[in-house]
Amino acid sequence: MPSSERDIVIIGGGTNGLACAARLAKSGRRVTLLEAGEICGGGATTVEFAPGYRVSGLAHLVTTLDRRVMSEMKLARHGLAYAEADMATTALGPIPLTMRRGETADLGAADARAWEALHKRLDRYAGLLAPFREMTPPRLSRKGGNDLKGLARMGLDLRRLGKAETRELLRVFLINVADLLEDDLMDDRLIGLVAFDATLGSWLGPRSPNSLLLLLNRLAGEVEGKRGAIALPKGGMGAVADAMVAALAGDGVTICTGARVATIRVEDDRAAGVTLDTGEEIPAGLVVSAISPQATLRHLAGPAHLDTGTLRQVHGIKSRGGAAKLHLALSGAPDFGGADLRHRLVIAPSVDAVERAFNPVKYGEVPDRPVMEITIPTAHEPELAPDGHHVLSAIVQFAPHGPNNRDAARAQMLENTLKVLEDHAPGLRALILHAELLMPYDIETRYGMAGGNWHHVELSVEQMLFLRPFHGAAQYESPLPGLWLASAGSHPGGGISGAAGWNAAGRILGGRT
Amino acid sequence: MTTDAIIVGAGHNGLVTACYLARAGMKVVVVEKNDWIGGAAVSRELYPGFLYSNCSYVCSLFRPEIMRDLELPRFGLQVLPYEGGAVFKDDGGYLAMFRDHDANRSEFARHSPRDAEAYDRYSRDIMRHCRFIRPLLMRTPPDPVRMRPRDLGELAFLARRVLELSEAQICDMIRFWTMSISDYLDDYFESPVIKAYLAVSAIIGTALGPMSPGSAYVLLHHYMGDVDGNVGAWGFARGGMGAITQALQASLEAAGGTVRAGKGVARILVEGGRAVGVELDEGEVIRGKRVVSGMDVKRTFLHHVDEAKLPEDFVRSVKRFKTRGSSGKLNIALDAAPVFPALPEGAPMLRGDLHFTDSVAKMERAYDDWKSGHFSRDPFQDVMIPTMIDPTMVPPGKHFMSSFVQYAPPKIGGRDWTDADRDAFGRTCVAQIERFSPGFSDRILHMEVRTPRELEAEVGLTEGNIFQGELTFDQLLFNRPVPGYAQYRSPVKDLWMCGSSTHPGGGVMGAPGRNAAAEILRDARMGARDMRDAYAVL
Repeated sequence: MPSSERDIVIIGGGTNGLACAARLAKSGRRVTLLEAGEICGGGATTVEFAPGYRVSGLAHLVTTLDRRVMSEMKLARHGLAYAEADMATTALGPIPLTMRRGETADLGAADARAWEALHKRLDRYAGLLAPFREMTPPRLSRKGGNDLKGLARMGLDLRRLGKAETRELLRVFLINVADLLEDDLMDDRLIGLVAFDATLGSWLGPRSPNSLLLLLNRLAGEVEGKRGAIALPKGGMGAVADAMVAALAGDGVTICTGARVATIRVEDDRAAGVTLDTGEEIPAGLVVSAISPQATLRHLAGPAHLDTGTLRQVHGIKSRGGAAKLHLALSGAPDFGGADLRHRLVIAPSVDAVERAFNPVKYGEVPDRPVMEITIPTAHEPELAPDGHHVLSAIVQFAPHGPNNRDAARAQMLENTLKVLEDHAPGLRALILHAELLMPYDIETRYGMAGGNWHHVELSVEQMLFLRPFHGAAQYESPLPGLWLASAGSHPGGGISGAAGWNAAGRILGGRT
Repeated sequence: MTTDAIIVGAGHNGLVTACYLARAGMKVVVVEKNDWIGGAAVSRELYPGFLYSNCSYVCSLFRPEIMRDLELPRFGLQVLPYEGGAVFKDDGGYLAMFRDHDANRSEFARHSPRDAEAYDRYSRDIMRHCRFIRPLLMRTPPDPVRMRPRDLGELAFLARRVLELSEAQICDMIRFWTMSISDYLDDYFESPVIKAYLAVSAIIGTALGPMSPGSAYVLLHHYMGDVDGNVGAWGFARGGMGAITQALQASLEAAGGTVRAGKGVARILVEGGRAVGVELDEGEVIRGKRVVSGMDVKRTFLHHVDEAKLPEDFVRSVKRFKTRGSSGKLNIALDAAPVFPALPEGAPMLRGDLHFTDSVAKMERAYDDWKSGHFSRDPFQDVMIPTMIDPTMVPPGKHFMSSFVQYAPPKIGGRDWTDADRDAFGRTCVAQIERFSPGFSDRILHMEVRTPRELEAEVGLTEGNIFQGELTFDQLLFNRPVPGYAQYRSPVKDLWMCGSSTHPGGGVMGAPGRNAAAEILRDARMGARDMRDAYAVL
């Protein structure tokens, strides 16, 4: 007997699965959430990577956590607190540059003026994009069920920009971030830092067209009402997931961990539940997948239930991971030329340094001098490591997702990364008690993200909005009736946000957002 | 009688504009700094008895409407289609190319049966993108911000074109316009050499690599031409590319216009906010009702117009207009036809383009060198031997070979090119050909090596950019050359732009020249009797 549509199974207990579950449960759906791992959280976890040393296992900062998820799941009440809610960034170098949400006192007069104007403009454009993150991507047909009111409102916002700014927006929205920065600015530290932020988590260099849009997408995020802020959760990123799980407890969601879905059951050409790898069957009226759309459609649903056109589109999805994750257990505090260890530390000395770090990964090779974003969580919370010891967490770019020899590439990447670190913090290598480097393929194995790309589906213009993850599935409903997609692979992408899951739930419930 | 229009630069676009204006009854004079005319569409005898197409070297994009309007065949222009070509592989094999779809398909099958099937789908999709874009070439871009009735009309035209497509097709088109050619080809093909062959058009003349987003559009830019109605086909102008501009000159003179070569313009005279004439290098002043510049937008406004007469934001926009050159050129006189042992004897492939880069990754590496300010160590070359089809350019039995090379940067490591750099660049390219054609260098009688430095110095293309400005979205359509000035007008009244810096860009197309003429005639309230409606061959 088919289950009622009120019974919903959600595959994947990452932030999107959790957010989706919360919104569905609040509307009275009976939700069962299946997580293959031992704990929920997906990319938002805190792990003990060496005995006594705890660190955020993948994502390590909050930048784009959806404000609806934050407030409606009452995450603060359920235990999410920030060790630092508005973190400063220091671009390391001979003369470091410190910045918080675009504000800095470390620039020369000409650059300071130019950057103030440019940042203001980018912030304004990001503000225009922000509402898109909270809506279902529009359809390009008249009967698409689009949120016309919402779109009209955005059109009005655009008009309010005025002629000159609209012209500039139309010029730059597909531009490469390097050209835009180099046209106005001189300071390599600043250009390097912004270029790094634009390409963080993506698979393109700052000289690639379309890279500015990724920066705008990042700037569109907010923390505690502050656009472009960066926050460090107390207890690591696992705290985000823990708060979400705690919020669900009151909503009557059944969470099963250690439950790996083997197949999505299809009856009468409709998803009718899932079968676990233990053979257990869980019937459901609707199945929501908050794991990678490729794995969902190709492996869980299977080609038998999809038409060739869809399979070809799934096959064409690009998901190349370009970021590696480094964890170091240190016997003492590293010294980055006296930089404040509570800041986000970025090593990206120039736009060319970022571009050069990207070049080799196109051929499956390791860059000589990777660029990176470093946090030292123990500078905020000493209890994450034994007394006087520290942990260092870094996202290191760019790393090849498909090198010929994985082990050799990992070893080379670690060596090159440590060399760069040692240059900026002499003596750091001597402090290392334990080092762990996750290459994109390790991230894929551990977290199930295709290609190790933490957005599941590369965040790039041709895979954005109504093209995400592919045309025909961009409104969260997959081509297989009864199966919905709600992972970072759907609009608006990942980065510990929950927005995709929240939007998908809204769509399932019949609303548009 | 006063001059109605002074055209600066006798390149193909300047001449096209001149022809249309003259035919509409204006008194037109074209001034050209070089002693010869043609801009980048020239045939030059740089070695006794040999004519070189020493800049542009093949013809496809030149709009057939213009050929007809200006009766260019009557004035001597003949375009000879050429057939195919070959990509040589490092392992000694090759991929042959034909203009015939089915022949190509069978050749693809030799490398990958799956790709042969995908080729049908690919060709259909590319053709759809072509069909969409071609009608836009011969129209003035709308100004999406000013919203005058004309702009709204043009936007409505665009919207109608889009709505003729299905939702899936629109999505596919947006993907195509924003993707890298490498990613796009991955959607269809698996064989590296097939992808390398198909990616070529996406990097020609471009400061992008095949893995740069936006490169797929550049491919389209090279695909939307035709030869005798065969869309996507390419040909040689008989007698070299100069035949195009010579026919244009003849057509212009028949319509009463004049060309004055060897007359460089020192500055464009602006009085009371209007362009009133030009002052030549030797001091002569030619006054006229309007000045039309065929030079690129940077050269025009940063070198030949008093900056004080221009709005500040316009100057800033012109300064940031991107014109990074990326190409070099070898023009070679050969004692005899080169031999490529990989090809079967008597193979027809020598009549088309020859490439020595058998994977997209190698092209991309060549681009990485360019980014780091060096010419490519293992460059991509598009080699042609036009004399295989058009023997009129050389003495009997001899050949002219043209090699178009990606990538050569406008500067080497931040400093200007030296003769030594240029020679090293030439040697690198010849060595690559020699690898596939042993004994090749011994057949060289004379060789001209051109880097962006030479292109800038001789043809006047800023930074040696062959399109008079890069073809990325921020510089296309209503953004080309400068947002707010994409309709061939400049901030100075009666000073017009008609070069490839304007929509729809470069490639010996003539479309900017014709569109500019249409706008000028419109403003002058003169009918364009000889400007027939653009038609789509498809």
